[in-house]
Amino acid sequence: MSSSLQSLNRSATGATGPLAALSDALWRRPGLFVFLLLVLPVLWLGIVYLGSLFALLIQSFFSIDEFSGMIRHEFTWKTYRELLNPINLDIIGRTVLMATAVTIASAIVAFPIAYYAARYAQGRWKAFFYLAIMLPLWSSYLVKVYAWKLILAKEGILNWLFTSLHLNGLLEMLLAIPVIGGNSLSVSYIGTFLVFLYVWLPFMVLPMQAAIERVPQNYLEASADLGGNPWQTFRHVLLPLALPGIIAGSIFTFSLTLGDYIIPQIIGSSRLFIGQAVYSHQGTAGNIPLAAALTVVPVVIMAVYLWVAKRKGAFDAL
Amino acid sequence: MLKLAAGAGLLFMHLPILLIFVYAFTTEDKTYQWPPPGFTLKWLAVTWNRADVWEAMRLSVKVASVSTVIALVLGTLCAAAVSRTRFFGREAISLLVILPIALPGIITGIALRSAFNLADIPFSFWTIVLGHATFCVVVVYNNAVARFRRTSGSLIEASMDLGANGVQTFRYIVLPNIATALLAGGMLAFALSFDEVIVTTFTAGQQATLPIWMLEELVRPRQRPVTNVVAMVVVLITFVPILAAYYLTRGGGNTRPPGN
Repeated sequence: MSSSLQSLNRSATGATGPLAALSDALWRRPGLFVFLLLVLPVLWLGIVYLGSLFALLIQSFFSIDEFSGMIRHEFTWKTYRELLNPINLDIIGRTVLMATAVTIASAIVAFPIAYYAARYAQGRWKAFFYLAIMLPLWSSYLVKVYAWKLILAKEGILNWLFTSLHLNGLLEMLLAIPVIGGNSLSVSYIGTFLVFLYVWLPFMVLPMQAAIERVPQNYLEASADLGGNPWQTFRHVLLPLALPGIIAGSIFTFSLTLGDYIIPQIIGSSRLFIGQAVYSHQGTAGNIPLAAALTVVPVVIMAVYLWVAKRKGAFDAL
Repeated sequence: MLKLAAGAGLLFMHLPILLIFVYAFTTEDKTYQWPPPGFTLKWLAVTWNRADVWEAMRLSVKVASVSTVIALVLGTLCAAAVSRTRFFGREAISLLVILPIALPGIITGIALRSAFNLADIPFSFWTIVLGHATFCVVVVYNNAVARFRRTSGSLIEASMDLGANGVQTFRYIVLPNIATALLAGGMLAFALSFDEVIVTTFTAGQQATLPIWMLEELVRPRQRPVTNVVAMVVVLITFVPILAAYYLTRGGGNTRPPGN
């Protein structure tokens, strides 16, 4: 209808010329128009991005010759079998464990913040919470890691705090715990965990807040009226309704921890995470096939994770 | 109790960044000693006169500007196509846009690097831009899609009915409607690119952007006071676009960032 009206108007207003003709032609063929809109972005993302990903995937099916150190360009599962040796399984297990711990901890720490940001979101408080969450979220990643290097240093503020409060014994007890402890906080898993938690926390707060905002206030009041105590209301009303938001947030915290290689390199013990292993295999070792196969691991883990999250309705909370 | 936990959580999110501001003025230059033995403005001047810092800063600004322009074009085109019409593969397009940021940065980085190697492309300014523009598209796209949804399609029809051609309609109807969303998206894209380090370590050759410069200092600290000042400046620089984007999209929109 609009096109016939348009040509009527066109003759009335007298708009002519090649541009007008082109505009008309495009208007009549929405399919062609969408195609023209998408040509550039799809070419860019398709060639630059998908092309690169595909190149990476192919290389994971190549293998490296142990004697010459050269890459053999023929199809093999050998590199994937290498993933199953104890060293690599150890790395994968450690990374997944850390990602799980960081995700659970950030859900716990984020909840009260998200709750208040969602419930008291009016006027000045709304702006306050918005900026209080956005500013740390968008602050430079490296600056945040650097801040923790300052905090966790031997001569730094955390040790000073423990000393001033005469709690040195407590700190030593923490560091004496096998595996997660170490010589000092900055070379222990506790340190790595704290930095991960700090850096990814805002990514958990945001979707959680969005989910809690959607829980009608009168549900909580009804629960209280019916005799539910605050814990029961939380456990049986708020938590199930906010769960999609928590899962949405966990996608970020989990995925970001799986792929990070800078934080464990700067704060942590010398034992590797997936990201570090990938980095060293592709760099000095020149073992691109193994590096490529290792990157497939977080992709597969995340694909499964996303599939489960989608079934739980987490995408609506994003 | 819950209030206390929320307050503690917010402090946890902000104190570390505030700490950077204190360290930028410490007189101690060999260790990360706390409390600082004294305060001085000397390091601001020292940093100001550092050629390497300026060079890294200049490269970062250049990369971020070019990447933002590319992301603005690609992101707006995608958003226009996805929000105006329903077509086959619409979901695939939005997935394609989000993917570079949804997958861990190390995957994007190593994928690009191995592709450059396979295609014999030497590392340069443009290889950095190629990577950055790819993951910046999504922030522009998010902002533009949100705005397109709120813009009534009949405005465009009316303009065309009244005899405007496509260029005129874009210039006088579409652009004024989406301008603030694009500005916000562009600023967030700039901030994202300015701060990016993981993909950049794979796509930069010998050149150092500001984050690469900082990463080297983090791994092997050589000039702690200068790093302290640079860290403070970076925090201040990234705050500007965030605050601006907030005021530009207050009625809605999307300033939620993607991952790293």
